[in-house]
Amino acid sequence: MYEGAIQDLIDELGRLPGVGPKSAQRIAFHILSADPADVTRLATVLNRVKDQVRFCTTCFNVAESEQCRICRDPRRTNEFLCVVEEPKDVVAIERTGEFRGRYHVLGGAINPLEGIGPDNLRVRELMARLGSGEVKELILATDPNTEGEATATYVALLVKPMGIDVTRLASGLPVGGDLEYADEITLGRAFEGRRAV
Amino acid sequence: MYVQRLELVDFRSYERVAIDLSAGTSVLVGPNGVGKTNLLEALGYVATLDSHRVATDAPLVRAGAAAAVVRCLVVHDGRELQVELEIVPGKANRARLGRSPVRRARDVLGALRMVLFAPEDLELVRGDPAERRRYLDDLLVARQPRYAGVRADYDRVVKQRNALLRTSYLARKTGGTRGGDLSTLDVWDAHLARHGAELLAGRLELTTALGPFVAKAYDAVAAGRGAAGIAYRAGVDVSTPDRAHLESALLEALAASRSSEVERGVTLTGPHRDDLVLTLGELPAKGYASHGESWSYALALRLASYDLLRADGIEPVLALDDVFAELDAGRRERLAELVGGASQLLVTCAVAEDVPAALGGARFDVAEGTVRRAD
Repeated sequence: MYEGAIQDLIDELGRLPGVGPKSAQRIAFHILSADPADVTRLATVLNRVKDQVRFCTTCFNVAESEQCRICRDPRRTNEFLCVVEEPKDVVAIERTGEFRGRYHVLGGAINPLEGIGPDNLRVRELMARLGSGEVKELILATDPNTEGEATATYVALLVKPMGIDVTRLASGLPVGGDLEYADEITLGRAFEGRRAV
Repeated sequence: MYVQRLELVDFRSYERVAIDLSAGTSVLVGPNGVGKTNLLEALGYVATLDSHRVATDAPLVRAGAAAAVVRCLVVHDGRELQVELEIVPGKANRARLGRSPVRRARDVLGALRMVLFAPEDLELVRGDPAERRRYLDDLLVARQPRYAGVRADYDRVVKQRNALLRTSYLARKTGGTRGGDLSTLDVWDAHLARHGAELLAGRLELTTALGPFVAKAYDAVAAGRGAAGIAYRAGVDVSTPDRAHLESALLEALAASRSSEVERGVTLTGPHRDDLVLTLGELPAKGYASHGESWSYALALRLASYDLLRADGIEPVLALDDVFAELDAGRRERLAELVGGASQLLVTCAVAEDVPAALGGARFDVAEGTVRRAD
């Protein structure tokens, strides 16, 4: 145990995800010996994150103003709407450079074991957005696991009666790899889901 | 396929032991409690990453040691492959194939294929349906690894669906409204039916393929008192075992049991409630079969999975733990005849005379912490 502020810092750092007691101690002493200007900059950024970053009122991605960069961009089309679980999924899809539509961040997936139902997600907001009639295709890009699939099915059941095309991202073998390196579960499923060429 | 060499370090009762085996029969002889079964357990662990005796890894490591190592040299189609597992309780196992480490221990599955019969298997006949479902599912995964994913997905869906039903049940009981929302139940029904149908179709196909092998094996090891038959008992109509049909049958059953499921807060329909019914003649084996018959039946189930894998073109190692002592002379001979052709057969016994001479093979004397070839 250290005295006063340094121990407080170690305790606070130790609360962060992926930071254990040893790492917390290392970071704390790094900060202690760092240039005061660097430390001030870190403190300012931490404060700014909580003060200025909020969620886009349209898509619920992280944003610095009322609307996020993507929702403000006039070059993007409103015809395609991509539904994802988390803001980091938006970044992942943006990196592909393939998608020119808009996003909707649900803020998680349906997970009864953790007490998360549709009411805890931005589903109602999604339905309100779709009500405008501009969207032609809704792309469900939730995670390909049990909870993500359930969320996709739930949204699809709600949206299909509105006459909007609903699609789901494909899943299967990773591209650019060798078939021999795929594990037998992935390869077995890709085999099951084969399609005509 | 056969194991040419087995080395153990700090595994169970063994501090360090190495055994050179060969194709064909090897008989491990030694008094009770010296660690004959531990040798088979070690090989079983390499084959399935699971012990047939305990659910956790801690008992596998010798008292006082931090980790156990199981190393074995497997010969398959004339090629040698060394598999090494380091078992560290509470942590992920480290594995090597040949000389190089593999990313996940799971990658060594398939390097050694083994069918093991042990006294614990009596539970297959006498125990809960869960034992028999696991028997079917393990064999399903051994034949088609894709089913490991299907099984995991199905279990997860059942867990989530139960959590949803349970929260709503508790919410109603306490008079609250929070968490009582069942609007997503249809979604979980759809997923339960989809994964359930896939699992169900696999189990039904397997049961059909396995049936004749079970009857044949039982006929050989039991003295012909009634024929053994297996039948899959499902909660839904499975007369047309294709997936689309099973999926709609499951959906219908879920709709029918919806109110009682909501009432009780648990999923009552689906392959996680099914059973593999074992019969002898006209009667169910469970409850009617004698100890001897139950034991023979359990052995027949393992021998049948061995035969089925062989029919698929896989030549697993067959291990029989303490089998011959339970049989009379006639049935010993018949069993020896049945399994004598195995590419490798490992047998343990306390009394060497229990193993029929016809089986031949090498004999190993097992004593406290050591194994010696007796020639």
